[in-house]
Amino acid sequence: MNRTYELMFIVRPDMAEEDQDKLISTLETAVAASSGLVKGVERMGKRRLAYTVRKFHDGIYVLLTVEGGGGLIHELERRLRVTEPVIKFLTVRIDEEQKRLDKIKAIKDAKRKAAAPVTPAEAAGEAPAATA
Amino acid sequence: MADETRTSESSSGGDRPDRGERRPSSRPGGPGGGREGGGAGGRKYFRRKKVCKFCVEKIEAINYKDIRLLAQFVAESGRIVPRRLTGVCTPHQRRLSLAIKQARNIALLPFAGRAA
Repeated sequence: MNRTYELMFIVRPDMAEEDQDKLISTLETAVAASSGLVKGVERMGKRRLAYTVRKFHDGIYVLLTVEGGGGLIHELERRLRVTEPVIKFLTVRIDEEQKRLDKIKAIKDAKRKAAAPVTPAEAAGEAPAATA
Repeated sequence: MADETRTSESSSGGDRPDRGERRPSSRPGGPGGGREGGGAGGRKYFRRKKVCKFCVEKIEAINYKDIRLLAQFVAESGRIVPRRLTGVCTPHQRRLSLAIKQARNIALLPFAGRAA
């Protein structure tokens, strides 16, 4: 049951850098405890919110990509909910979409390969002529 | 948004003949095919056939984080612009609207208006 999820959450804009680090590391340990895998942490920085959330107009966005089961997500969301500086979060499952994209890419590559044999042969034929 | 499309349509009436020929051949059965130019109605203005941006530019990934892409399909009021105005095909509009709704949820896009 390994699924890939993206957790995006917004913390209040006045949160200190080290507090963010602490929060992220606690989340990471929580992921490890549920035998999940942290695939990436991306700080998207401070940006303007499209609407006010808890009287804040700005927020610091953090994106966490994890692999694991539903129980892990349940735990992470619970933690985010009880963590006071986190003002909003969103979890999106991305593995299915990624699979779809990979499939499309594979088809595209196969098509390119099918069309390719003509062009390298031509290029190889031309290259010696150009050098000679 | 609606006003913009209308003005661009009316102003781009000059180069319509070749466009009218090319589009149906590349996309048979495309959206809005039946409503071209109002048919036998007396008024002769030509609607440029709209095509799906995602099909044409081969954009496969419609992600909620890609605000610059999504914002093109959100009106100033925060509304998702309907397919009949943008020309996006049904499968892409479905995923587009999902992505916009996700983006709204995480305050990347507004639910209503700008800075309400």
